[in-house]
Amino acid sequence: MRLKLVPEKTSFDFFNSWKLWMGFSSLLLVLSVVSFFAQGLNFGIDFRGGTTVRTESTLAMDVGAYRKAIEPMELGDISITEVFDPTFEEDQHVAMIRIQAQADGEAISGETIEALRAVLDEVAPGIKFVSVESVGPKVSGELVQTAVLAVVLAIGAVLIYIWLRFEWQFALGAVAALVHDVLLTIGVFAAVQIKFDLAIIAALLTIVGYSLNDTVVVFDRVRENLRKFKKLSLAEVLNLSINQTLSRTVMTSVTTLIALISLYVLGGDVIRGFVFAMIWGVIVGTYSSVFVASTILLKLGVKRDWSKQANTTGNQFANIDA
Amino acid sequence: MLQIDLWKRVLIWLVCVTGLLLALPNAFYTRVEMSNDAAIEITAKGETPERLEIVDQWPSWMPSSLVNLGLDLRGGAHLLAEVKVADVYAARMDSLWPEVRNVLRPERATVGTFRRQPGPEDQIRLKISKPEGMSRALELVRGLANPVTSLTGAGSTDIEASATGDIITIQLSDAEKLASDDRTVRQSLEIVRRRIDEVGTREPTIQRQGVDRILIQVPGIGSASELKAIIGTTAQLTFSPVVGRGSDPDAVAGAGNKIVPSLDDPGVYFTIESAPVVTGEDLVDAQPSFDQNGGPAVSFRFNTSGARRFGDYTAENIGSPFAIVLDDEVVSAPVIQSHIPGGSGIITGNFTIEESTNLAVLLRAGALPAELEFLEERTIGPELGQDSIDAGKIATIVAFVGVLVFMVLSYGLFGIFANVALILNIALIFGMLSLIGGTLTLPGIAGIVLTVGMAVDANVLVFERIREELKAGRGPARSIEEGYSKALSAILDANVTTFITAVILFAMGSGPVRGFAITLGLGIMTSVFTAIFVTRVMIIMWFERRRPKTIEV
Repeated sequence: MRLKLVPEKTSFDFFNSWKLWMGFSSLLLVLSVVSFFAQGLNFGIDFRGGTTVRTESTLAMDVGAYRKAIEPMELGDISITEVFDPTFEEDQHVAMIRIQAQADGEAISGETIEALRAVLDEVAPGIKFVSVESVGPKVSGELVQTAVLAVVLAIGAVLIYIWLRFEWQFALGAVAALVHDVLLTIGVFAAVQIKFDLAIIAALLTIVGYSLNDTVVVFDRVRENLRKFKKLSLAEVLNLSINQTLSRTVMTSVTTLIALISLYVLGGDVIRGFVFAMIWGVIVGTYSSVFVASTILLKLGVKRDWSKQANTTGNQFANIDA
Repeated sequence: MLQIDLWKRVLIWLVCVTGLLLALPNAFYTRVEMSNDAAIEITAKGETPERLEIVDQWPSWMPSSLVNLGLDLRGGAHLLAEVKVADVYAARMDSLWPEVRNVLRPERATVGTFRRQPGPEDQIRLKISKPEGMSRALELVRGLANPVTSLTGAGSTDIEASATGDIITIQLSDAEKLASDDRTVRQSLEIVRRRIDEVGTREPTIQRQGVDRILIQVPGIGSASELKAIIGTTAQLTFSPVVGRGSDPDAVAGAGNKIVPSLDDPGVYFTIESAPVVTGEDLVDAQPSFDQNGGPAVSFRFNTSGARRFGDYTAENIGSPFAIVLDDEVVSAPVIQSHIPGGSGIITGNFTIEESTNLAVLLRAGALPAELEFLEERTIGPELGQDSIDAGKIATIVAFVGVLVFMVLSYGLFGIFANVALILNIALIFGMLSLIGGTLTLPGIAGIVLTVGMAVDANVLVFERIREELKAGRGPARSIEEGYSKALSAILDANVTTFITAVILFAMGSGPVRGFAITLGLGIMTSVFTAIFVTRVMIIMWFERRRPKTIEV
């Protein structure tokens, strides 16, 4: 007996309540934007400059004591958080200490780190600095720029590819879905205040890739069905195509989620934020390829017959008589 | 109908076997790594029985390239340094000044007396007493210019001289500045590389980034500060005549002199002549050694011209002190006891053994042409790296098993085919990574796990198509055939778009982001290959043997 997540034959109507889905998406988008502007992103040192030290001690840690020890060093804004993770040993106490970028352009001086190690060793003897990462203010600004540019370039490149392979309406639908996914993911990061660093940009671009993957599969079927069923309306063709590919969409999302969730649970705290972004992206990407991309395609309409020259609008030579 | 030419089948399996073979060394990582290291030691330092024994741990006919582990997995230090290229301009002007003096001196009659005026360090400002001789002065100064030797700067000269009133301003031309920046960065890169090689760590990454930056990644080093200590010092060594000694840093040095602090005695300042007798550029060798009292010291040797100058100077100045100056600090100022003809000597100071070793390394590798400013530093401890590897391994195995089980449950026998392809897929990714010497990072592991999830996608697309064809009442062979051909365009379009993002990630990203892009990109290529070819060969081979009347997907 086969495991079937989606019944053999489905005939859901994805568009009879399209206003509801669009409303739902718009609401989420508004919430994302509001939370982005209200709270901002919790930028990691990659984008803000500064230093993070990951400490490890066998003694139970006391955030207050750490803070008291570091404060006299006058390093400006510091934040200390204890990290908990199921993969840690019982006597493994990990803390992340974040120090703001110092005034000069350099990353951080070795002396500062040594001094920090000395004061913390008083509070927690035998404390280890398992990682020290420092980004100078000069670089962090550039990293933001490159990151934004990377996302924009990726979306642009994809827009052109789909436009060439399909039609501009498809490209627009797919890109709208992409922007939707990226915005919602950024919104979640703003709302939950997960650290937003360079790795998250990688996650965002993967989401772009995944969401596209999904959208393109649906669109590919739409293109095929448009040629095959010339009598059906566009909405009917879209519905048919989504239903036909639904089983695949769900299968792939499930296998990807199986992999990502195991990484989320077992992969350690270092990449948890990164994996979280991808899990969210897979869910949103699957949703958007069905509801957002297709709805936009439906609203834009599409030229049905590719074999004949279009005889009306949309072409600057369309209405010229020879 | 369902056919694949024999040669194609052979080729497909050959690719898979090659991939497996290339991936295999990674399963015995430590052993292969030790064997490779020993092999390198043998070529560098000669054979010993122990080294030969370690080499033999891995058969020489097997592939032995491994996936590089990134810093976040192995531990080590990462530095991004900016070369202060403009530092060189001032030095160029200072060295140009004597030449300017020499060409103008014979023409005093036309240009009058001349003096260098204070001004920006990257310019020479020259005041002449007879402004009417300006055109002659400019002509002479311009005669010192050389053509710029670079592609973009062709046709221009290296220095520009202009006049306002009775002041001549000499500075580097823009073309020369560009060419000089490029040379400075290249030279810095080379010196950083030599210094790190001297310390002898494994597989450092030293790359130029952008116009004036250098990225340095050294696995296995304790901290970024340690790395900075090795590469960060400029190590400008000079031997200069001592004019005086005092405790006032602001004392008047006098023309052609400068005041520099002592390295060991705080509060002591030496007045030395700016023009050194010999510089570090004349050094041919420097070794850590010990002085007469058994304290750590550095012994050195000059090249012929350096040795001659050093010999002449010591012969003429017996009894007077001279200073050994390192990066504008006096390491020691011994009194010359006797003529030193051989061109070798010893630097003593309050060194520890470690310091004398480092100093020897720095001197041997030469001076950095300009200062480095460190913009980014990362140190990752080896324990954290090991933790990440362990966590990554477990996560990958669980993800793997989860997906394998799920595929079998959903597609039965065809699911097993897809699973074999998935396993081959991972082997191919590792094989390719080893082959191109790619670096596996923590996000890279995430990329692989993501690939595990997404790699089945192409197979799912095909299987779902086959199901549809079967439902539509076609025969098994026809359904398989149609399934593959109809799914192809979706597979290609979907993967090309993801591949585009991987390429952009690779081009724009650095470090971990790049690692992720590599595994994602390779994963896409291998999964398309396994889905289109490998599972198909498997299905066809199974089909030919069984000739089933009906199939269930």
